Amino acid sequence: MSIDAHIQIERGTFQLNARLELPARGVTAVFGPSGSGKTTLLRALAGLEPCPDSRVIVNGTPWQTPTECLATHERPVGLVFQEPSLFEHLTVQANLDFGRQRISKSEQTIPLDHSIELLEISPLLNRYPHQLSVGEQQRVAIARALAVCPEWLLLDEPLAAMDAARKREILPYLENLCRETDLPILYVSHSREEVARLADHLVVLNEGKVIANGPAIEILSNLALPLAREPNSAAIIETTVAGQDHTFGLTLLDFAGGQFQVTHHDLPVDTPVRLQVQANDVSLTLERPTQTSILNVFKAKVAEMAEAGPAHVLVKLTVDSNSDSGPTLLARITRKSAELLALKPGRAVHAQIKSAALIN
Amino acid sequence: MNLQPEDWNALWITLKLAATSTIILIILGTPLAWWLSQTRFRGKFLIEAIVALPLVLPPTVLGFYLLVALGPNGPVGGFFKAIGGQPPVFSFEGLIIGSVIYSMPFVVQPLQDAFKSIGTRPLEVAATLRATPWDRFWFVAVPLARSGFVTAAVLGFAHTLGEFGVVLMIGGNIPGETQVVSIAIYDHVESLAYTQAHWVAGTLLAISFLLLVGVYAGNRKFRVWKP
Repeated sequence: MSIDAHIQIERGTFQLNARLELPARGVTAVFGPSGSGKTTLLRALAGLEPCPDSRVIVNGTPWQTPTECLATHERPVGLVFQEPSLFEHLTVQANLDFGRQRISKSEQTIPLDHSIELLEISPLLNRYPHQLSVGEQQRVAIARALAVCPEWLLLDEPLAAMDAARKREILPYLENLCRETDLPILYVSHSREEVARLADHLVVLNEGKVIANGPAIEILSNLALPLAREPNSAAIIETTVAGQDHTFGLTLLDFAGGQFQVTHHDLPVDTPVRLQVQANDVSLTLERPTQTSILNVFKAKVAEMAEAGPAHVLVKLTVDSNSDSGPTLLARITRKSAELLALKPGRAVHAQIKSAALIN
Repeated sequence: MNLQPEDWNALWITLKLAATSTIILIILGTPLAWWLSQTRFRGKFLIEAIVALPLVLPPTVLGFYLLVALGPNGPVGGFFKAIGGQPPVFSFEGLIIGSVIYSMPFVVQPLQDAFKSIGTRPLEVAATLRATPWDRFWFVAVPLARSGFVTAAVLGFAHTLGEFGVVLMIGGNIPGETQVVSIAIYDHVESLAYTQAHWVAGTLLAISFLLLVGVYAGNRKFRVWKP
């Protein structure tokens, strides 16, 4: 199961030329600035953008070749657009039924009740779209896309049309969706935060070309790519809950390089948790600090360095661990400090982490 | 009521003509408007110009050409004769053909606008929900263009109701067969029967007004999704 695609589209001065091989599992995020061709790419996969010169083979089935083109309604995809785009003349229930009625019983592999429950829309079923908030509408749109039991779920910046409060309202639903279904999801976004929270696999587009394609955690901390250069850049660390320290109200999280202590989160042992560590929250010392208020200090090696603005450098660190490729951290420090500590690739340091946030 | 039997007849013929023409106009105009709203055909403007012609042509010009075409020696009339029928001039059928052509722009344009204003998004959504093109038309485009259909039907009906020139040219003025209300009123005025003209005109005015009130009130009630 996979997508093997080479999308070539020319629209005036814009050229999309993207070669993609995507795994058919987990969440693949397509990240890039606006105008980089993300949406066009997604639309081409759904068959909404004519692209006769392209090739799309999904799970061995040709969707688009120079000689054939599967029409959108014949492709087993579910698509959620930027705006909820519900049918205004139909109730929520009828919106959900619209696609459901058009697939055969044997194709109905995802129970409709399950989607309704997952997105918590059962109180809305008899309302009309104009009676719902934008956030509610988008939840219905997601359930509607799931109702056709697609083999792929395509999400085109489903949060872009919403303000910060609404985003916070919807993100947990998206996270649940990603966790609860084993449906492969393709998620287009220009938000680093959403990508960090949701993506397993990451494709970075720039000016119509794929500039990176790989595991999300690696790409987010790759200094050669724009993602790590953003002012709020951060590294993602996969951890599991090890236990609780009730005396101090802390939660202990195990990862390949040791154990994190973070403020209490009510999570059962062994829950997988993603931790986000901002580059600005990591400081470096050569000696192990003994008297410090900082709880999380790990031995690490400088892997790479890159200038970040006139006064700063971005340091990519590999935390010492038993495995070959240890977890990665990013630290933004001043150029002066880097020189005083004589930092260079291979140098052993201690990384002090001022704060780390659970992101799902 | 002070209406004479001929006036009642004219009124009945007019309503029958308007209703039949409206139904035919919607049946023919819907696919045409849909096609015009969706196509990327370069010659589209030509078709649009042809549909809009009756808006600018004097009715007598249109009526004259129709008279020639529908007459026994014209292409349409000749065809009717060849298959053993009567050429449709000076008959109710002829009036229907004339009104359909004459009122076509009043039906096609609101429908085309309504289909266009839906935009491509709902249709794309429907496609991703497994709807075939036919499905998308019936279950998304038509219901969303509902108010366009109301406007088109009202305009088509009203325009046929007030028709004069075309009817006079191709229908003659045969009481009980092709005499419509507008011509009946004209005849009354010609013969200085002003009271009679008042009665007929007033009745037509009342019917038209009631019809419009009913349609717009109904349309408002059903338009739940656009407050």
